[in-house]
Amino acid sequence: MAQLFHPGANNIAKASLVLAVILGGSAFYAYTQIARSSYLTNQYLEKQQPVQFSHRHHVGDDGIDCRYCHTSVENAASAGIPPTQTCMNCHNQLWADSPYLEPVQASFRDNKPIKWERVHDLPGYAYFNHSIHVAKGVGCSTCHGQIDNMASVYQENTLQMEWCLSCHRNPEQFIRPKSEIYNMEWSDSDLTAEERSKLKVDYKIRSRELLTSCSTCHR
Amino acid sequence: MLTNKPNAGKKSMTFQGKNVLRFAVLVFCVSFFLVGTACRYDMQDQPRYKAYKESEFFSDGKAMRDFPEGTVARGQLNENKALHTGKKENADPNAQVETTTDELGNTIVSSFPNAIEKMPINVTKETLDRGEQRYKIFCMVCHGPVGKGDGMVVRRGYPQPTTYHDDRLRNAPVGHFFDVITNGWGKMNGYASQIPVEDRWAIVAYIRALQVSQNPEIKSGEADSTDKAAEDNKNETEQTGEAETQEPAADNGGAN
Ligand code: HEC
Ligand code: HEC
Ligand code: HEC
Ligand code: HEC
Ligand code: HEC
Ligand code: HEC
Repeated sequence: MAQLFHPGANNIAKASLVLAVILGGSAFYAYTQIARSSYLTNQYLEKQQPVQFSHRHHVGDDGIDCRYCHTSVENAASAGIPPTQTCMNCHNQLWADSPYLEPVQASFRDNKPIKWERVHDLPGYAYFNHSIHVAKGVGCSTCHGQIDNMASVYQENTLQMEWCLSCHRNPEQFIRPKSEIYNMEWSDSDLTAEERSKLKVDYKIRSRELLTSCSTCHR
Repeated sequence: MLTNKPNAGKKSMTFQGKNVLRFAVLVFCVSFFLVGTACRYDMQDQPRYKAYKESEFFSDGKAMRDFPEGTVARGQLNENKALHTGKKENADPNAQVETTTDELGNTIVSSFPNAIEKMPINVTKETLDRGEQRYKIFCMVCHGPVGKGDGMVVRRGYPQPTTYHDDRLRNAPVGHFFDVITNGWGKMNGYASQIPVEDRWAIVAYIRALQVSQNPEIKSGEADSTDKAAEDNKNETEQTGEAETQEPAADNGGAN
């Protein structure tokens, strides 16, 4: 029987094995990169909101504290989104006739909540709680970035498990004094490593085993 | 190339069959990657409500429910009238008060028949620190760092509130301030939904401390709100804190 394959085919066969490994490897690599890409994590995505509410104006220019609007951030899991009533504290007098604020006025008149689009949204199987992070010295800007510069809010980080763990493994790299939690300009290098390690002891931050245990976040 | 063999037809048939199988496996693998990501969504969006979720069940579309009208939640009967309203036990709802309007368009009242005079909570240094922090979150934007009515929002066009540092408000009972925070006053909205009761009293204590520290009769010299004055003021607050502690603490039992 005539040989089916030319002897040179051996080399092709060997090469194709190597090629398969390389191809498979890069396909897997591409898959992990796509999974981390902003396309799938919605990182940096700005959403169209019903009102052109700007944190840059309200926080950056007017100096309103986060807690004026996000009242429950210190004592509940959710930071809280302000009800229309809160907007009306100022906008019953200020810019009351502006077309920008018409949806707010309408919401107040008809007693219907404004339908804000969620920007940060963890999947249902992951548990997150603001109050513990604020109480243990993790500032807003560590997770949310410089909100006071954002005309519309976007997700500064991926919010993937990988990201949570990068901090839960070494929280002492990211904590700050409690007086600086709402400081948007804070940088982690404002304290030395020793000062931060001392804070970790003061805050009684628990062990890495506990913070990275699955049931801490999946409960 | 396979056609010159006798049973080529049959062989190529099975070969084709294998191809179909391989193709199917390939399609399965690819779609597993593609569909597999979509399969997550029932775990991702579980059929339960998270805070602020929209509801299709309730007619007002809110998953977070308000209390039905006329009901009182456990522990929220608010029996302690002085603490929860800042008003006297036997308040007279028909008490006549004179109301005028000043040149800024603010509502001015100088007699407060129903407001309590004594703080219903113990005032300690912690109370004042808490009060300062809460004042800076909720009031400073309009009333300014020391209560002169020159906050950032006012500078952007919001009507100017009255200063805390005139004889009328210096002599006003604490209950009046509590009432203003709770129910609002003239153009100012109430802050009851944003500030819990204890924090409201802490703010009142801090305003009292501000008034003492800004009073030129007690403190001669500069009363303007330069940065330095604000600094001084902070130090003074701590002193007045100690001074104020005595009186309300002693009267605490009586106020209830
Ligand atoms: C004047 C009220 C106000 C203040 C002050 C304020 N916010 Fe907000 N914030 C809002 C409103 C309204 C929304 C919802 C609309 C939006 O996403 O832009 C929001 C949304 C957000 C979101 C995104 C929520 C989501 O949908 O995932 C974050 C994060 C946030 N705020 C952080 C902050 C931080 C940090 C501060 C303080 C530096 C702050 N906010 C101060 C009113 C306020
Ligand atoms: C403490 C006062 C205050 C509160 C509370 C407040 N605003 Fe404003 N808002 C302002 C001021 C001051 C401006 C003018 C901004 C400027 O010119 O810097 C403004 C401007 C705006 C504008 C005009 C566009 C812009 O950004 O300049 C919109 C829209 C707006 N606010 C929406 C809202 C909404 C929605 C809420 C409730 C979540 C809210 N505001 C709560 C003070 C407030
Ligand atoms: C450890 C990281 C972290 C810190 C620190 C943090 N946040 Fe968040 N924030 C998140 C995550 C994660 C979500 C999404 C939560 C969800 O989807 O359930 C979120 C959501 C929000 C929202 C949307 C409403 C909600 O609660 O779901 C607001 C508003 C907000 N954060 C404000 C703040 C403010 C203000 C601070 C500072 C006091 C702060 N956050 C600090 C991680 C953080
Ligand atoms: C920048 C640092 C940082 C990031 C990012 C962070 N955490 Fe945390 N987290 C902490 C610290 C610090 C604590 C407090 C640990 C303690 O109390 O000992 C904590 C505590 C928690 C707790 C409470 C643990 C308990 O047993 O009560 C949960 C739940 C949690 N984090 C979930 C998350 C999730 C989910 C994410 C990602 C979306 C996240 N965290 C991101 C720093 C962080
Ligand atoms: C610090 C909090 C935290 C801890 C600890 C944690 N997870 Fe997660 N996990 C998350 C978050 C947040 C997500 C959602 C990520 C996303 O939306 O992409 C997640 C997602 C997942 C997913 C789904 C991943 C996907 O892409 O579909 C699995 C599986 C998972 N976690 C398993 C575990 C296991 C196993 C452990 C223990 C070894 C663990 N997690 C510990 C926060 C945590
Ligand atoms: C959005 C701006 C704004 C904020 C925030 C605000 N106020 Fe006012 N406040 C006003 C205005 C305007 C007046 C004058 C109202 C009038 O007489 O029509 C006023 C009046 C007052 C008065 C004087 C009442 C009288 O008898 O004349 C007091 C006391 C007061 N506010 C306390 C507070 C406290 C305490 C806070 C913080 C919890 C606060 N305000 C937050 C705008 C504000």
